[in-house]
Amino acid sequence: MKKFSSLLHNLILTPSRNTKIKLLQDYFNKLDINRAYALAILTDQLSFQFIKASKLRELVYEQVDQHLFDYSYDYVGDLAETISLIWPTKKEGKTQNLSTLIENIKNIKKSEINTEFSKILSELSNNERWTLIKICTGGLRIGVSERLVKTALADLYNKSVNEIEEIWHGLEFPYENLFQWLKNEISKPKIDFKKLFHPMMLANPIDEEKDFKRLDANEFQAEYKWDGIRVQLMVSSKSVSLYSRRGDNISSAFPEIIEATKGDAVIDGELLVGRNFEPSSFNDLQQRLNRKKASKDLQNKFPVFIRAYDILFYKGKDLRKFSLLERRKYLEKFQKENKTNQIDLSSIINFSTWKELTKYKNNFHDDLNEGVMIKLKNSEYLPGRKKGYWYKWKKNPKLVDAILMYAQRGHGKRSSYYSDYTFGVWKENELVPIGKAYSGYTDKELLVLDKFIRNNTTNKFGPVREVKKEIILEVAFDDVFPSTRHKSGVAMRFPRIHRIRWDKPINEVLSIKEFKKEFKID
Amino acid sequence: MDFINHQLFIKDINVHIDPILPKKTAIITHGHADHARFGHDHVIATRQTIDIMKIRYGDKCAKKFTPLRYGQKYSIKNYDFTLYPAGHILGSAQVLIEKNNHRLVITGDYKVGKDETCKNFKLVKCDTLITEATFGLPIFQHPDPKDEIQKLIRSVKINKNNCHIVGAYALGKAQRVMNLLRQQKYNETIYIHGSLEKLCQYYSKEKINIGKFEKVSSKDKNFYEGKIIIAPPSALKDRWSRRFPNPIICMASGWMTVKQRAKQQGIELPLVISDHSDWNELLDTIKKSKAKNILITHGQEDALVYYCKKQNLVSKPLSIQGRSDEEIE
Repeated sequence: MKKFSSLLHNLILTPSRNTKIKLLQDYFNKLDINRAYALAILTDQLSFQFIKASKLRELVYEQVDQHLFDYSYDYVGDLAETISLIWPTKKEGKTQNLSTLIENIKNIKKSEINTEFSKILSELSNNERWTLIKICTGGLRIGVSERLVKTALADLYNKSVNEIEEIWHGLEFPYENLFQWLKNEISKPKIDFKKLFHPMMLANPIDEEKDFKRLDANEFQAEYKWDGIRVQLMVSSKSVSLYSRRGDNISSAFPEIIEATKGDAVIDGELLVGRNFEPSSFNDLQQRLNRKKASKDLQNKFPVFIRAYDILFYKGKDLRKFSLLERRKYLEKFQKENKTNQIDLSSIINFSTWKELTKYKNNFHDDLNEGVMIKLKNSEYLPGRKKGYWYKWKKNPKLVDAILMYAQRGHGKRSSYYSDYTFGVWKENELVPIGKAYSGYTDKELLVLDKFIRNNTTNKFGPVREVKKEIILEVAFDDVFPSTRHKSGVAMRFPRIHRIRWDKPINEVLSIKEFKKEFKID
Repeated sequence: MDFINHQLFIKDINVHIDPILPKKTAIITHGHADHARFGHDHVIATRQTIDIMKIRYGDKCAKKFTPLRYGQKYSIKNYDFTLYPAGHILGSAQVLIEKNNHRLVITGDYKVGKDETCKNFKLVKCDTLITEATFGLPIFQHPDPKDEIQKLIRSVKINKNNCHIVGAYALGKAQRVMNLLRQQKYNETIYIHGSLEKLCQYYSKEKINIGKFEKVSSKDKNFYEGKIIIAPPSALKDRWSRRFPNPIICMASGWMTVKQRAKQQGIELPLVISDHSDWNELLDTIKKSKAKNILITHGQEDALVYYCKKQNLVSKPLSIQGRSDEEIE
């Protein structure tokens, strides 16, 4: 555990990619059981059933005064780090293996979690405690992607990272076949590709200025970028399963898709809510997300369907090396043979110049798509976000000027800066908040805002500071919906700070009435 | 206690403690720039603090200087002032003010732990305590500085082809890091940024053991492989640091307790070495001072005020202009 926690400590503080790879390789080079655990942790495959953030808070409140913890958490901005620092240090116990420690924790009975887990925390050093809590809460956020871990392993054993990528989702803890193959002790593990999640092909944002000059419009075709969730549907005579972009099996949440789908293929598409293939808003889709199961009632109210973009396998045949145009033919064939009310095809937009495409990007189906996808006609289906094949071109965001009202310290890399902003518009002579944003600004703007907030606080509510009403933020957002949960009656989708409007006086900001009218709410 | 206001100003006799703007009479607790300023008529401080002010701002930075020894009483009308060691940096002092049997102590910046570069903190009993709270949160529990400096020495041994640039404030922290290295038997020449030179010379003259040091010069790039270089934090991000071979950026500061902070500042090797009291030392000082009235200045005052109130002590924050929360050391 000592070695693994100092690995994480060094990884988080090292800016250089090469040094990170070297640190990982030094660790993985040692031949023991711990590295399987390390690999699972670094790729976010390990979690404990009973120990989540809320449980950790409960435990820390047993150890220290709640207010003092809250003050500290507000300052540090990272739960794992706050708990690890504030936890009363007992005498450190003897150092434990990463693997033994994790197995011990897994074996704790639910009824004994509080005492047993607290005891473990007390016997660890600060840094080990931090590591363990990071493991429990998942998502390490140490600036090391899954891809980087695989790259480090591949380089260490002279393999290509794509080879690891291909078999990755078929591997299981403790990855013995992976490590044996890496060391050339066995041949590459055989994986039944049809039953497996295949890493998705993703798009890069287009750079309007550079890319359109460089790229030939005739080599590309476009589709609408639908505002749902990206899924992979795997269907065979034996089973049907649905996976999220991250490879999580989400079949049980969408039984109507599973029941209706027939055929033998792996399909890439967008999951949307709507009837007769008419997508409704993202707000409706949210009613179906983050649920393990869907009741009949919910299925009736918010029916889902898949808009298919691509096909990876057809009747056992791997199409990923085929061109997009060829794959499209297979996709159409699949669709014709297996017609259901749950799958339709994403339509192709024909255009001959980039300028012509602009109108599709901005005007079509105002709220239902986010822009267009631009795909190289002869692109293979490549996992990850490779450059030069697929691009996304988002439509221009909606913009509104609003007044900065409250600020709070940020988390993670923005911890300690006042970087979370609540902004509002007028309602008669008062301001009413319409949203909260914590991104979009430049580092320079962040410093300016942070300084303004520190020097112009008029009130404090715990960690929240109310500020003098003089900064106008131009807020960009994807969409806005009516909401009963907010005082203003509106809820924004993905608001972010576009710029600071130094030029505008605060009395020129819209009223909530005008805002609703402009964006067609209620 | 109502004789002094929230700006640490005693109107009755026109005396300020650590004023930001030029004043008639200023008692200066120590030489850091957020406490010692240029242009007062009359400065009262320890001899070392006066020396340091002269080094930094020139001999004429005040019209008149009155040096005081620790423990020596100085009276203005019916106010008696005495300076006591604060253990923060060379020359640093707490100020005891006595009036009509009321004892008020302004700690200035202080630390309780041992430090060979200055006189150690002396606890002064009082009725009213005005304490700093730079590290006034229970997450701050400073480790033994010897262990921290060992981390640096180990890293130098392992990474022979890199140079280590340690960010440390020019006054106090830089010399403390040097002294800690000497305590741990690191006997190589330590290289320093030009802005540290005069202060290091002064510490040497005052018989503080900081060992052999030399100003960084435009030598062959590889010369600095395996060496330790000390520079003010502002120079770490500057072009200045680019001239060195494979630098490992280190920082000696209490803020380094928080990994996210270290990461934000691009620090690869954080060294938790502080010249301020940590949470437990703050609580301990408050308790042992026997003061019933606690005022808390610059830093993380919220948590400390909350704690004092829970102990049935009268406590409130004292916001002194010009000292924002987190930029000081």
